[in-house]
Amino acid sequence: MADKVLMKGNEAIAEAAIIAGCRHYFGYPITPQTEIAAYMAKRMPKIGGTFLQAESEIAAINMVYGVSSTGKRVMTSSSSPGISLKGEGLSYLAGADLPALVINVQRGGPGLGGIQPSQSDYFQATKGGAHGDFRMIVLAPSSVQEMADMTVKGFDLADKYRMTAMVLADGTMGQMMEPVSLDYEIGAPVEKPWATTGTKMERPHNIVNSLFLVPDELEKSNFERFERYKYIEENECMYEEYMMDDAEICVTAFGIAARVSKNAINAAREMGIKVGLIRPITLWPFPVAPYRKAADKVKEIISVELSMGQMIEDVKLASECKVPVTLCNRVGGMIPSPEQVLDAIKNAANGGAK
Amino acid sequence: MNYKRITLLAGHYGSGKTNIAVNMAFRLKKDYEKVAIADIDIVNPYFRTKDSQTELEANGIKLICSEYANSNVDIPALPQEIYSVIDNKEVMAVVDIGGDDRGAYALGRYAPGIIEEGNYDMLFVVNKFRPLTPDARSTVEIMHEIEAAGKIKFTGIINNSNIGNETTADDVLDSLNYADEISRIACLPVVMTTVMAELFDALDGKIPNLFALKLQKKLS
Repeated sequence: MADKVLMKGNEAIAEAAIIAGCRHYFGYPITPQTEIAAYMAKRMPKIGGTFLQAESEIAAINMVYGVSSTGKRVMTSSSSPGISLKGEGLSYLAGADLPALVINVQRGGPGLGGIQPSQSDYFQATKGGAHGDFRMIVLAPSSVQEMADMTVKGFDLADKYRMTAMVLADGTMGQMMEPVSLDYEIGAPVEKPWATTGTKMERPHNIVNSLFLVPDELEKSNFERFERYKYIEENECMYEEYMMDDAEICVTAFGIAARVSKNAINAAREMGIKVGLIRPITLWPFPVAPYRKAADKVKEIISVELSMGQMIEDVKLASECKVPVTLCNRVGGMIPSPEQVLDAIKNAANGGAK
Repeated sequence: MNYKRITLLAGHYGSGKTNIAVNMAFRLKKDYEKVAIADIDIVNPYFRTKDSQTELEANGIKLICSEYANSNVDIPALPQEIYSVIDNKEVMAVVDIGGDDRGAYALGRYAPGIIEEGNYDMLFVVNKFRPLTPDARSTVEIMHEIEAAGKIKFTGIINNSNIGNETTADDVLDSLNYADEISRIACLPVVMTTVMAELFDALDGKIPNLFALKLQKKLS
């Protein structure tokens, strides 16, 4: 195991970003993601990178906009209230078709809420996150290893599709420690002929901008962007199926909730209950296919969430409401226990939702 | 290991201080009537000695920690009761200090009293599998930063090298050179090597001052 290191989720994100070629980090401290900034503060000066603690989250996201315009890999990170502050910048990044990586290590809300883990920013992350018609690629890691993997993947997808990729984690994923292997093959940087790198008097100016003076040109840019989104929906969905082959009950969860759910599923299997898990890894694009398949054979889908029920809406759409979809949740910084999920599974096995 | 009246645990964040502190308090309780564990971690609001509160108190160990620990109040508060540990010389105490130099600043204000009494160990917890302390030199660099902030010199090293639940006996044996090199550079003894209880039998007799740890779990 000597090729592995023991890392916090937040550290894994920071180191993976550096490995992926990110040399510009802008952020503002907020629990439970501050270790990302602290790690960057220690590492970036040693490798010729830039760490800058901005005066606010709003400043940080606009610094991201600036660096991204020059074609460099750049990231920021925050937790729920701080992501709300970044909203305007996220919309501008989308309007200017700029790639960026944004990390949200979620905590309980709404408002200032609390510092303990949550998944209640699902709507915000997957339905746009700010004004205007736009999407972000949303990646939901469920281990410290995946915190690193999704960071690398996020940079690649962001560059490939010229848009923001968000790693949607939670306080537990950020704070927990697990062994991690950081052995990545990083490909050659994506060509960015649109970047503002100086014309050298050899080409016309590149302009990065989200303002359109003529409405039909703005409409055209929206149409073109959504053609790209359609391609992403068809090609970039990621999910894990666990014990779904013979499942009669389907649990679905992402991130920390999926880990809790797996424990409950293992316990239920020992009791002879045929139950499996669908774990979306991309929350946008949402993986519709496994739910379509499950809806034809299971008798109930249980959505386990650290929210009042947000992903459950996408689950209902994906399964076309062919079977009951029920919610098993805790909120406000609390985490569902395996026993709570097991009870929900047992309830479903005994006839379940009416 | 012969315990002094106060055992101070400091180190790089995530090196394992809190888990060792709790286990050490249980160990001390076998030999001493009055044992206290004091949490002066002002850095990490997530994993704290308070996670083990029920078990500690059931064993008659006094837990001293900020009343805001494990709450949503994210402020670096110190417990006023900490002075009861420093002033009351009948208590055997383990003090869990926050990670890195930032965490050790909290120790600075208590350092004069501790040094004056002169019955303490200041132990440096190390783990070679943490990304920012992979070699002796980088680890000793952090050690000096902590000493400068905490205003107390270290007296010994605890080798807690592990890679979580994937740790093998060989990983621990491989880490001995790392701990010895830190020991040489820092001119401090390795007073203890800590391993998860499951690995104890495989390593017993091969490593001096081996100490079995039970992982303290966070209950939500």
